Amino acid sequence: MAETLTASLVRRPFVAAGTPWLRVLPPATRLNLRGDAQVQAAAARAFGVSLSTVACRAVSHVGRAALWLGPDEQLLLAPTGEGHVLATSLDAELAALPHSLVDISHRQVGLEVHGPYAAWLLQAQCPLDLDLTAFPVEMCTRSVFAKTELILWRRAADVFHVEIARSFAAYFTGLLAEIAKERIS
Amino acid sequence: MSGRRIDSGGRIDRTREVTFTFDGQRYTGFAGDTLASALLANGVRVFGRSFKYHRPRGLLAAGSEEPNALVTVLRDAARRTPNLRATQVEIHDGLVAESQNRWPSLSFDLQGINDLLSPLLPAGFYYKTFMWPRKAWHRLYEPAIRDAAGLGRAPTAADPDRYAQRYAHCDVLVIGAGPTGLAATLSAAASGARVILVDEQAEPGGSLLDEPTAVIDGQSAEQWLATTLGRLARLPNVTVLARTTAFGYFPHNMIGLCERVSEHLATPDPRLPRERLWQVRAREVVLATGAIERPLVFPGNDRPGVMLASAARTYLNRYGVRVGERIAVVTGCDAAYATALQLQAAGAGIVVIADVRTTGGRAAGAAARAVGIEVIERATVLGTEGTLGVRSLRLGTVTADGGVTAGPTISCDAVLMSGGYTPSVHLFSQSRGKVAWDEATQSFLPGAGAEAERSAGACRGLEGLAAVMADGAAAGSAAAHAAGHTGSAIEFRVQADEFSGRGVPGTLAQPGGKPRPKAFVDFQNDVTTQDLSLAAREGFQSIEHIKRYTTTGMATDQGKTSNLNALAFVSGDLARPLPQIGLTTFRMPYTPTTFGIFAGYERGDLFDPVRTTPTHDWASRHGAVFEDVGMWKRARYFPRKGEDMDAAVARECRAVRTSCGMFDASTLGKIEVVGADAAEFLSRMYVNNFANLAVGRTRYGIQLRDDGFVYDDGVIGRVAQDRFHVTTTTGGAPRVLALMEDYLQTEWADLRVWLTSTTEQWAVIAVQGPRARDVIADLVTGADLSAATLPHLGMTDGFICGVPMRLFRVSFTGELGFEINVPSDYGQSVWEAVYAAGERYGITPYGTETMHVLRAEKGYIIVGQETDGTVTPDDAGLGWAIGKNKPDFVGKRSLSRPALAAAGRKQLVGLLTADPAVVLEEGAQLVASRGQRPPMQLLGHVTSSYHSAVLGRSIALALVADGRARAGQTLYVPMPSGEIAVQVTSPVFYDPEGARLHG
Repeated sequence: MAETLTASLVRRPFVAAGTPWLRVLPPATRLNLRGDAQVQAAAARAFGVSLSTVACRAVSHVGRAALWLGPDEQLLLAPTGEGHVLATSLDAELAALPHSLVDISHRQVGLEVHGPYAAWLLQAQCPLDLDLTAFPVEMCTRSVFAKTELILWRRAADVFHVEIARSFAAYFTGLLAEIAKERIS
Repeated sequence: MSGRRIDSGGRIDRTREVTFTFDGQRYTGFAGDTLASALLANGVRVFGRSFKYHRPRGLLAAGSEEPNALVTVLRDAARRTPNLRATQVEIHDGLVAESQNRWPSLSFDLQGINDLLSPLLPAGFYYKTFMWPRKAWHRLYEPAIRDAAGLGRAPTAADPDRYAQRYAHCDVLVIGAGPTGLAATLSAAASGARVILVDEQAEPGGSLLDEPTAVIDGQSAEQWLATTLGRLARLPNVTVLARTTAFGYFPHNMIGLCERVSEHLATPDPRLPRERLWQVRAREVVLATGAIERPLVFPGNDRPGVMLASAARTYLNRYGVRVGERIAVVTGCDAAYATALQLQAAGAGIVVIADVRTTGGRAAGAAARAVGIEVIERATVLGTEGTLGVRSLRLGTVTADGGVTAGPTISCDAVLMSGGYTPSVHLFSQSRGKVAWDEATQSFLPGAGAEAERSAGACRGLEGLAAVMADGAAAGSAAAHAAGHTGSAIEFRVQADEFSGRGVPGTLAQPGGKPRPKAFVDFQNDVTTQDLSLAAREGFQSIEHIKRYTTTGMATDQGKTSNLNALAFVSGDLARPLPQIGLTTFRMPYTPTTFGIFAGYERGDLFDPVRTTPTHDWASRHGAVFEDVGMWKRARYFPRKGEDMDAAVARECRAVRTSCGMFDASTLGKIEVVGADAAEFLSRMYVNNFANLAVGRTRYGIQLRDDGFVYDDGVIGRVAQDRFHVTTTTGGAPRVLALMEDYLQTEWADLRVWLTSTTEQWAVIAVQGPRARDVIADLVTGADLSAATLPHLGMTDGFICGVPMRLFRVSFTGELGFEINVPSDYGQSVWEAVYAAGERYGITPYGTETMHVLRAEKGYIIVGQETDGTVTPDDAGLGWAIGKNKPDFVGKRSLSRPALAAAGRKQLVGLLTADPAVVLEEGAQLVASRGQRPPMQLLGHVTSSYHSAVLGRSIALALVADGRARAGQTLYVPMPSGEIAVQVTSPVFYDPEGARLHG
């Protein structure tokens, strides 16, 4: 059956005006991969990006990224259009290995907090140490921000990629805007 | 006239005059003044009335330890801050401050009568007097007492200010920016460590701010401080926070800081928060909290004009204010001599130095005499005179045999007292460190610690500028080293006059050795030596008991100036060594802290996350009334013009029963369970068997806790041999996932199965009613919807409007029903497509209220409504779900406990009221017979109750003892308006055969 899209993607807008340091990232394919080192090695072949064996580190290459979230857990990110092909090739490579691969593309949204105040904004309600020495570029981890969970991935000294459950996104961005008032007009 | 501004000196800016009001009167001061220093310079002596006796009180201190001068600062009706210490309030143009605890005025306070009645108001007076009648305590006595002993009034309007919060991390947190803390910061920073330095005062510097003679590295203290702060400001690895109080020491080196960001400004930028809570996680902490001077305890030691010698020194050197013109000094240490010499050099007359020590003080005495100051040795103070300010001091002499003889009465306008310095161990004690009594310094010093901290300088009993700076430097580099940085302590060249602050126990000898009236130990709580003595006489021996009985060392003050004096007095009174009396626990906060910083950003829309579903906007546009379910907003019903809830719900219910309704079930929790052992895992987590569930089929699952009681329920579908789509209740999603993960990680790590939350991956559109299939048929491709291929409890993949979906044929209404799962971003457009396709069938969107009625008509339970944590599957009528041949599942052993199968357990039943129009109240109790009087024998309670449109009458579900055996019986619901007769029935009111499900 051909996949003829007649329904459209609709997201509630959840970014307040006047927050130039915040960008909503385009929709993406997100796959939650669970499995041991063998699974991760096999997945890397299909994914085309080697998966980090170092805790809390992301590896990215031409639009794809793998975020280490746990010893047996990686979050695979890819452009939306590659989702189908990607799932097929991963399924083929992993078929014989005990693993779990779950599509969570729509579970969460990607945001980018960037600019000289990026770490300052997040540090207001995130209890982790976001200093560059403690949270270097390419570090990624689950954490909390006030009353919401999120995934933080530092792309550059002043650029954070944030993955957050869709229904908490408005709370997150609203809170960031409130925090920003003090310093960023 | 008492205080007076001198012509030069101090850190105030004489070019910037500041105008403010106190109790309605205008005053001027200078930029850099505190309210205390500015009023003192204007000759004000009385700052407040005491807590209990309403005695006029002046300034005792110059810092945060001030117990008397509590004021209210008002910006507007909503910005009214009580209980601020005048010594910490920085003045700005337009500042409005008021004194507290007086009526009608400071100089004439009607409740000053308490002072005359004080013999009738001993320690424990309130406990003893207002006990009976008991009821009067809450309504009458307590409000009246609180009003009389008020510490200011809180505002009633909502707080308009913003409060910020922030986490911070550092290698070394230095608390206290005096010479010790600065030395520690410089040394730690030189090693490259990340350092945060905090100080409660408006500017860092501590004792250096009022140090006129010392020379550090060839610079005056003032110059050195400016140089050092400039250096620190340029260091990228150092953060210096002034106006920031370390108020609490929490476990694992988490320190709570309160930064006062904008309160000191005349017109704060509205974008600025008023205050900021910092939660600092420090690898190492250096406590450089200094020492606080102790008052001496003698009759009339609270008269305005009697103050700590260190306060007079600060007012002189930092604010350029002489606290008097004819100053008497009473001291038990050398340090006060230095202050006397400085005051004399500044033009004040020192009328006498009365040294209360029996030995020592000779060198200091010689220095004073050399400039013509009279020094009396072996002195004591018998009293002071003056109504609203001290006029004279009555001295006595302690004779060789310990007796006391009367001495001269000295005319004076200020009395400086010094009992020596008490190391500030508040934060160390908060960190669970144990303080130890030190004979040499006669003080409690930090002993064994519990956290990664070290005390340095005066707070660990050292004195002398050179010594504390060397100690600070050593502590700073040691802390940096412990945090993984290498460097050495910086050395400082220090020249300073060193007058020792080692003092004496504070209570001065009195004739006959008896406590005399009005010798105050705790100024803030109005506790005298007589109160302490009374407590001891009444049998209180432990300092913790004495503290509570007399209130010494309690409340906002936390005994900063009083603790050691109280201990020393009790020690003498009970004739037990001081260390045996013990020390009370230092409570946080160090100084009072606003609630605002703890609330932070959590107000208004940001109080809690508001979670909305993918169809929220559509529902809003269609007039949905929402209800809060946890953090979710769910559509409760969709009223049409003129409809109330009952009418809307009745219409929505009829639509589902007769044609078709649609419902947003997206909030249901969803967990993808994947792996070769997925079926085995679910069979262990649920009472049901999942090994024999075919791919493409679903099953209603019940999850128990290990105590055998129902924890959650939901439909579970087998997507593939090794993949299940588990649904949970809306509220139960996080706890079900947590319980499953807990078992998986701790009990069954051998199982090859993984859990992924997919709650928000899927938007869920329930289409329910006899026309449900007709509605969606044209939208669906790649799936056969026929009853043969997709029967009740079947599931299939496919596409709807071209979007991949998981389609469940399930029903929580008792009608033919489908639950369409599509990726969330498609939720709203698919919803709209279904709505459009259903229009010709009159499809009706319905909300949670209608859903509740429909499921109750079918007797379907809601976990948390029909269950309350004590209901087994059998109690709920769900015993059929239990997989009989399974070796084990969570809760299985508990279900075999005799009590869970005993007679008399409450079971789920239906209730029909004799009058079909009467809708029972949920939660109402059930009894077997009419006319019972309390205590009645209660049989159970109503769990759900609605009007059923399709049945044309009310229905209810209830948990009733032996309920199923009571079918047909009449029970009664006793209500205030009378008893309601009900008949016990099956809980399934509608379509008991279930024919409609299988359409």
